[in-house]
Amino acid sequence: MNENLAMADELDTTPNPAGSNALLLRVRDLRTALYTDTGVVRAIDGIDLDLRRGETFALVGESGCGKSMTALSITRLLPENGRIEGGRVQLDGVDLLGLSEARMRDVRGRRIAMIFQEPATSLNPVLTVGHQIAEVIERHTTLRGDAVRKRVLELLDAVGIADSARRIDEYPFQLSGGMKQRVMIAVALAADPDLLIADEPTTALDVTIQAQVLELLKSLQRERGMAILLITHDLGVVSGVADRVAVMYAGQIVETATRDDFFRAPQHPYSQKLFASLPTTTKRGEMLDVIPGQVPPLSIDFVGCRFAERCPHAWDRCRIEAPDWTTVTTTAHCVRCHLREEKGAAPARPAERVGSRRADRERSDARLLEVENLQVHFPIRKGLFKRTVGHVKAVDGVSLDIAPGRTLALVGESGCGKTTVGKSLLQLIRPTAGAVRFNDVDLTQLKGEALRRRRSEFQIVFQDPYASLNPRMRVGDILGEGLSALAGASPKKEREIRIAELLEQVGLPAESRYRYPHEFSGGQRQRIAIARALAVQPKLIVCDEPTSALDVSVQAQILNLLRALQRDQGIAYLFITHNLAVVEYLADEVAVMYLGRIVERGTVAEVLGAPKHPYTRALLAAVPTIEGPREVLRAAGDLPSPVSPPSGCHFHPRCMHAWEKCSGEYPPDFGLSETSGVKCWLYELPGAREFARQAAELKRAMEEE
Amino acid sequence: MWVLLWTDALLWLLVALGIAYAIYVRGQPHLLAPWHRVARSAAGMSSLVFLAVFIAIALLDSIHLRPRLDNAPGETRTVYSVEVLSTLDLLLTGLRTHTERTYSAPLATRAYAKETIEQPNGTVTREFPRLRHGGAHLQDEALRASDVTRRALAGAAWGVLAWLAATMYALWCIARKEHVAIGQAFRLLWRGDPVFPWRATLASLLVLCGLSGLMIALAESYHVLGTDKVGQDVLYQALKSIRTGVVIGGLTTLVMLPLAILLGIMAGYFKGWVDDVVQYIYTTLNSIPGVLLIAAAVLMMQVYIDKHPEWFPTTAQRADLRLLFLCIILGVTSWTGLARLLRGEALKLRELEYIQAARAFGVRGGRIITRHVLPNVMHIVLISLVMDFSGLVLAEAVLSYIGVGVDPSMISFGTMINAARLEMAREPMVWWTLTAAFVFMFALVLAANLFADAVRDAFDPRVSIGPRPATLAGAGR
Repeated sequence: MNENLAMADELDTTPNPAGSNALLLRVRDLRTALYTDTGVVRAIDGIDLDLRRGETFALVGESGCGKSMTALSITRLLPENGRIEGGRVQLDGVDLLGLSEARMRDVRGRRIAMIFQEPATSLNPVLTVGHQIAEVIERHTTLRGDAVRKRVLELLDAVGIADSARRIDEYPFQLSGGMKQRVMIAVALAADPDLLIADEPTTALDVTIQAQVLELLKSLQRERGMAILLITHDLGVVSGVADRVAVMYAGQIVETATRDDFFRAPQHPYSQKLFASLPTTTKRGEMLDVIPGQVPPLSIDFVGCRFAERCPHAWDRCRIEAPDWTTVTTTAHCVRCHLREEKGAAPARPAERVGSRRADRERSDARLLEVENLQVHFPIRKGLFKRTVGHVKAVDGVSLDIAPGRTLALVGESGCGKTTVGKSLLQLIRPTAGAVRFNDVDLTQLKGEALRRRRSEFQIVFQDPYASLNPRMRVGDILGEGLSALAGASPKKEREIRIAELLEQVGLPAESRYRYPHEFSGGQRQRIAIARALAVQPKLIVCDEPTSALDVSVQAQILNLLRALQRDQGIAYLFITHNLAVVEYLADEVAVMYLGRIVERGTVAEVLGAPKHPYTRALLAAVPTIEGPREVLRAAGDLPSPVSPPSGCHFHPRCMHAWEKCSGEYPPDFGLSETSGVKCWLYELPGAREFARQAAELKRAMEEE
Repeated sequence: MWVLLWTDALLWLLVALGIAYAIYVRGQPHLLAPWHRVARSAAGMSSLVFLAVFIAIALLDSIHLRPRLDNAPGETRTVYSVEVLSTLDLLLTGLRTHTERTYSAPLATRAYAKETIEQPNGTVTREFPRLRHGGAHLQDEALRASDVTRRALAGAAWGVLAWLAATMYALWCIARKEHVAIGQAFRLLWRGDPVFPWRATLASLLVLCGLSGLMIALAESYHVLGTDKVGQDVLYQALKSIRTGVVIGGLTTLVMLPLAILLGIMAGYFKGWVDDVVQYIYTTLNSIPGVLLIAAAVLMMQVYIDKHPEWFPTTAQRADLRLLFLCIILGVTSWTGLARLLRGEALKLRELEYIQAARAFGVRGGRIITRHVLPNVMHIVLISLVMDFSGLVLAEAVLSYIGVGVDPSMISFGTMINAARLEMAREPMVWWTLTAAFVFMFALVLAANLFADAVRDAFDPRVSIGPRPATLAGAGR
């Protein structure tokens, strides 16, 4: 709250004719319907929103709850089959829904700007960056010629693009993902809008880049006093930047509150459940709280509370009467819930128990999988005769090992080669060099039938539950495929029994086998994918970001399932992810990858509790958490290309501790304990480390001055 | 005596395949769904009405027989005519046998050229002679206009009656399906059924019924579209041309499909040297001018046929073999486009995760192709099939026009146009052959194109059109 006021004070100093706290956007009883093949979907069903100047309002909710539809309704950019059925949207008192399309075009870009999730597809690849920004300026302002170019340069500087004079004439393909998103923000800011709608602006970005972009949005808002409508599913992001929060569920807002109130004591059972299903360190070894069932289809008529079917507190009233707004504690904290109306405010969320990290499980000496100096190089071919002119060293000397029944998490940003490691372990991509010993058999040496026979022992679960199941096959056939390919020609009856068993193991009804994948939700599809891997009774499953395409509550279900399977069947996991919260919750050991190499390894407590490598520390610092920031430490710049990695330590251009030695030679693995090691020159000698620390502090102090 | 021509057998095989596919699709909801979308498209259903008539004519024309000749006195052996007739010929016996001496204009009663006629009184005059069949029933030629109008109206009325019967049947079907009274079914149909475009379908059926009724009534005693140089009815020729077009459009795909699917998917899935070889083949094939290749092949075939006259008891069988060969050579030259599309799709699919998962199980390549890749590219195959059909019908016309298409004795749009070429230069101009060929071919190709569009919209995953709100509002009432 204090921060809010402080921000409001700050805004008063900025020139703003309408006053800083004036209401900018007022949405009343907005209702939007989509006409689809299966019926009328009421995507938004009566939403009220108030947005003041200079405030960040976060709209939170799981996929399919109508967040993006809200943004598209406000800007009137609905898909062809969508229609606003009623309500009012007022921007500074002007009813946007009543404007003609021509007038609305003046509003878009000039008054309301939008940035989208995917920076790669939001920019036109055949126009220069400068051209695309200039287009908006020329459309909405009277600037022309050199003045436009000057303004574009200003904007590029404002969004933190270094060397803007050069970048202005570059094409989108020459920029990295983070820079593209910065350019998108520059396009959005070009006409100095009053309202910026950011639809999942950082979801497609890596955590270190996400931190930079969020930081940028915050500082731009401070300078310009614009309002931001932030649409996100990530509570961590909300905690970092929002002033006020609204939680959406099934086309309605069920709770609104200031950020602090919301994070201290969420009132709606749905909000509470969202918090409870977040994986954290302190929940290690426990089952995560899940929300049973799924979001109801919005094409049905609701009678009572929309959450009643999944709510642990629901009673008769919830099922027959739709709850109205109830004010709890402060006037700013409202909730649609009968429980709060009758019982009053819920108590504060239990604070995270700091330091109650559970002891790691006993480490055994047995090794299920040993990987030694694994290398996967992809040749780059050029010219008429496709000569090899270089190699992309996607994986460049990775060594790791996994004990039976344990979980190793492989952590890193996109493009660091972690997925390639997973696939090359399974020999889906043949490694260039190195050894993959599974139960003491080197898989890289096996071919044809010998390899095929071993394939039942290691399986893979993919990230995208929509791409990983053949849409033309029934679930039963999908599960049966592995059985018939590997378990040999087992009798049909036996196979049927096994399929039923598998479905039960992953918690799906037995009749699912006769249905097609498209009839299932994302979480259920992921269960089918897990059942498919389990079919051949593997000893190791490579989980390639199995939950990153899922909502938190569904993620919790999948994590619980993986955990239960490991406990009951002793399966080892190689868990490839960028989500450190999941790692903290599930993994036993961690290996952090950067540009094809592992830079730090150890147990979860060692690596995440006391990170050593500057990259690990930057990664941890960048993860937005609901408890607030951990440490102010940012990795500058972007991930370099693996085609031409930096000399010496790959991380040194982004590292704040780097000194001459770092750019000269790649550091070897300095073992820190029996289980952990780090590849960083800081840990060569105790003295060097101390020196670097002091140097960094000095550097920081100088920057602050 | 029944005669089974090669193209007949293959055309019926194609029909059998189509029926087998339909039966298979009925049991597969995910395959049925896009067809439901096709059924919801007004343009698709209207064009299907016309297309169905064309195909029905082509199929009727694909059952061949040699009629038995009346035995000469004393002859006990059954003798069959050397002329091969189809069931369509038998249906159109009137049209087929009512030949004139030479050109006559549509609905004319007299020929188009003057002839020297000896009058009963012995004088010789030059005049336009009365036709043998066209308007022969008229005592007074001045009554022609009123007779034509009367017949046309009566025929159209019969057509409308037939249409009414069909509409009643449709109403009865709706009523039974929706469990409502006939009256209510009518209201439902009139307002626009959201599931099936009854109004559009019935409207095109009305046009079709009216036109056919009119044609049938007039064709009884006139040459509706005139006659050609040798006095053959042009309407008959146009109807006979349909089969040639459909055979070319249908059988060529039958030849092309296995090549395109097999080579395209193999190239995309296996990559490496397989891809190189396949790509090499189709780039080479594509860089040879198609017409040249076809001309060379067809002429070689012609020489071969001419050298072995003993193989062919009838001219129809000779012409048929040439037609079949034309289909094969067209198929061989036109598979590359589809193969290219399929290669691209297979390249994309092989990186998809469900195929990676199958590989992780050690499933063999062939099995992955049949179970995972093939079902997921079938929509592309289907779309390109229907889209290619009209192109091939046009290709036949062009090839026959330049003389490397079907046998000259076989009636086709191409041969009709080829014949019309000379007639256009005649003074006064003989325009009806070309017009008839044009109208019939245009109708066939347009219907096929519209239907192909509807199929593409329904099957293309990138084009997903929700029903318009208005339609749904209608459903809600």
